[in-house]
Amino acid sequence: MKGYIHSTESFGTVDGPGIRYVVFMQGCPMRCKYCHNPDTWDLKTGKEVEVDDILKEYESYRNFLKDGGITATGGEPMMQMDFLIELFEKAKEKEIHTCLDTSGIVFNENNPRIIEKIDRLLSVTDLIMLDIKHIDPVLHEDLTGQTNDQILAFSRYLDKKKVPVWIRHVVVPTITDDEEYLDKLGYFIGDLTNVKALDVLPYHDMGKAKYQELGIDYPLADLKSIGKSEAIKARNTILKGMKRRLLEKKSQQNG
Amino acid sequence: MYTEWNGFREGKWTSTVNVRDFIQKNYTMYDGDESFLVGPTEATNKLWDQVLELSKQEREAGGVLDMDTHVVSTITSHGAGYLDKGLETIVGFQTEKPFKRSLQPFGGIRMAQNACHENGYEVDPEIVDIFTKYRKTHNQGVFDVYTPEMKLARKSAIITGLPDAYGRGRIIGDYRRVALYGIDFLIEDKKNQLATSLVRMTSDNMRLREELAEQLRALEELKELGNIYGFDISKPAKDAKEAIQWLYFGYLAAVKEQNGAAMSLGRTSTFVDIYITRDLNNGVITEEQAQEYIDHFIMKLRLVKFARTPEYNALFSGDPTWVTETIGGVGVDGRHMVTKSSYRYLHTLQNLGPAPEPNLTVLWSTRLPQNFKRYCAKMSIQSSAIQYENDDLMRVTHGDDYAIACCVSSMRIGKEMQFFGARANLAKCLLYAVNGGIDEKLKIQVGPRYRAIEGDYLDYDDVMQKFDDMMEWLAGLYVNTLNVIHYMHDKYAYEKIQMALHDREVKRYFATGIAGLSVVADSLSAIKYAKVKVIRDEDGIITDYEVEGDFPKYGNNDDRVDQIAVNLVHTFMDKIRKHHTYRDGFPTMSILTITSNVVYGKKTGNTPDGRRMGEPLAPGANPMHKRDTHGAVASLASVAKLPFKDAQDGISNTFSIIPGALGKDDQVFMGELDLDRLMDEK
Repeated sequence: MKGYIHSTESFGTVDGPGIRYVVFMQGCPMRCKYCHNPDTWDLKTGKEVEVDDILKEYESYRNFLKDGGITATGGEPMMQMDFLIELFEKAKEKEIHTCLDTSGIVFNENNPRIIEKIDRLLSVTDLIMLDIKHIDPVLHEDLTGQTNDQILAFSRYLDKKKVPVWIRHVVVPTITDDEEYLDKLGYFIGDLTNVKALDVLPYHDMGKAKYQELGIDYPLADLKSIGKSEAIKARNTILKGMKRRLLEKKSQQNG
Repeated sequence: MYTEWNGFREGKWTSTVNVRDFIQKNYTMYDGDESFLVGPTEATNKLWDQVLELSKQEREAGGVLDMDTHVVSTITSHGAGYLDKGLETIVGFQTEKPFKRSLQPFGGIRMAQNACHENGYEVDPEIVDIFTKYRKTHNQGVFDVYTPEMKLARKSAIITGLPDAYGRGRIIGDYRRVALYGIDFLIEDKKNQLATSLVRMTSDNMRLREELAEQLRALEELKELGNIYGFDISKPAKDAKEAIQWLYFGYLAAVKEQNGAAMSLGRTSTFVDIYITRDLNNGVITEEQAQEYIDHFIMKLRLVKFARTPEYNALFSGDPTWVTETIGGVGVDGRHMVTKSSYRYLHTLQNLGPAPEPNLTVLWSTRLPQNFKRYCAKMSIQSSAIQYENDDLMRVTHGDDYAIACCVSSMRIGKEMQFFGARANLAKCLLYAVNGGIDEKLKIQVGPRYRAIEGDYLDYDDVMQKFDDMMEWLAGLYVNTLNVIHYMHDKYAYEKIQMALHDREVKRYFATGIAGLSVVADSLSAIKYAKVKVIRDEDGIITDYEVEGDFPKYGNNDDRVDQIAVNLVHTFMDKIRKHHTYRDGFPTMSILTITSNVVYGKKTGNTPDGRRMGEPLAPGANPMHKRDTHGAVASLASVAKLPFKDAQDGISNTFSIIPGALGKDDQVFMGELDLDRLMDEK
């Protein structure tokens, strides 16, 4: 079937393990203030592409990608669920490592139709990169336009399903660099048993140019990019929170 | 059996010259890591400081510290030269002192004069007189024979970079033979070759006999070069230090005799390793000494210098000597050829610091040991000074004792050589097709007066037909021009010591090259998939193009245009193949203008792909700058489609990437999160 694609990158080295073929998909219900791909927000724009065409192109790069695989990102790839399922199912038939970069926003525990599809997707997904933007529901809504309950619920669901997860978090100065919230985030992650990696990304303003092109205001116009050291600091705070939770769990087990 | 060979496994190599057999029977594979390596000795540091100081002085003096203006360089022309005799374990310079550039007029006296003059020196008038009146040079020979058309093609730069005034280089003597056999053995072998050569005096047979006699003289001179430095190299080297020294004398003789465009070393590390391993096993030397020999050897290779003109340096973006040393690879029996000395050679990048020369080239195979791959990657990150080439691809043609001359030209050592042939500018050829052979910049008829494009828009089939005709003309002219050059080079600037370190029956590659591949591919794609309107100047010559609409661009793994590039390579190579080549050279082609693409671009007018007049062509087989928009792998995939069988002299792709784009920084990214360890940490 056909899906809406923004673009593809044949040499993805930061979106999952190894060198990866990255598919940027159209459509996202969130409006994160720091989003650097505003051109992927609309669902039915971009290029219409067949699953088979994507995999055919993948095959032509196979030698380069043998320790990597395919990563679906966007936008929010789960917006095009049926297309995504077909892409990953066919990829797995060809023994391609599949990775989904998602915010988890589409998740809805109470909708059996969605759950059924998600289960089907998870059965052909090797790795999920879950982006938790903010641990506080109110601030999350302020930052992204959506609350985070479904996202956190999704992370617990992935844990239950034992799907390997990398947690991503973008450190945005004045918005997500608060020690208390970072610690809380870590505390939350510490409860999950399926987390394989933690990827803390420093905020950058390279998306600005795209906003100008699209003629929309950049919400964080006055915010400057931050360096690696702030990201490392944030990472350590998150790790501390994780550790707190892990130790608590351990003492509960022992007690 | 020589006593110097004690401890080596015998084989065919003991009775006939066969270095490969010696290596295969005696080398020790190394699968371990780099932890055995040692730092520089005090002597190494002292010598290197001295070199750095001299280099500084050389830079301050404007690039040249000293030049010989009086003594014509031959193998034995100069006395011994040292940095610090007491400290050097490997000795020998091109002249009687380091940093003094030798005078090499056999390629062309005017080039030698210019090189001196531009650097503030003047060649002794008597020498000028001799090489003008009494001793003909390669350059003079070439220009005696060039046709007006050849001179014009050279002037307009549709054929360019021709080695008609400088040494062609790209020949690798098997310098290891000097170490393994000693000169006397090699002389006996050559004598036997001469004695068994054809005696029916055709010009071919006479030339061979004369060359063998020249080679014999060169071997005697090489022995004398050893004497000048106090060594008797008539016998085989008896230990590692001598092996490296003997080998270096062979190479030194070559660079004393030839100022070639690329004076590559060969594939010596695994050979040398056999001697080092024997000495280490016998307890004769320590690892410190082994590394010191190699450090000092590499230091010497870094100090090879030639007298060159500013134009030459502009063409090659600097003053390269292309002392390429080929490391690693896999044998035809499946054993990898990585030894501890493969590490020791690369380790010089740390002990002496990074440097572009010698051009350390790793023959990469998927089957190299993991530790070595890791070490190469590490050293690449540290030094940015390692070149990689695909052994799995080349081994099929060349076996396991080939080396790289210059940047990508592969040849079996001592068995194959190359006639270096610069390149034809296909972008310009396309413009000639459009304008019926009129040069778009000089505005004169250079190519044949074929019918030019009529009408305002370019039609793909029409252009292709005209382009095909023009390539046919260019290929013929190009090959014939090279025939002149190599005939004269053999006659007036014969590489006698390098050829003395070859077999008698040598396979000669006739290496042509092309420039502007991606410009032509994109131009043809624009003509085919978009609309290209032509713009004529007041004389009716088409000098500019307007592209209406978009078109597929080479470098995005898009077959529509990539196949155009593939066909171009194949078509032009087939046209080259149609022509007689000097000495029945085996025609090959390269796509590897790594630096000269800038100069070629300057001489090429506006092209139908939208490239502006004077803009650089893309280097080698690269896509044009900023036109590959689908990521690195897509770009590489386009290049990888080019057929090696039609570009056997090499396909180069210059690829740069910022470190951040190669993967996550491990300080920010916590891969393989170990929760248990996290809890244990304080």
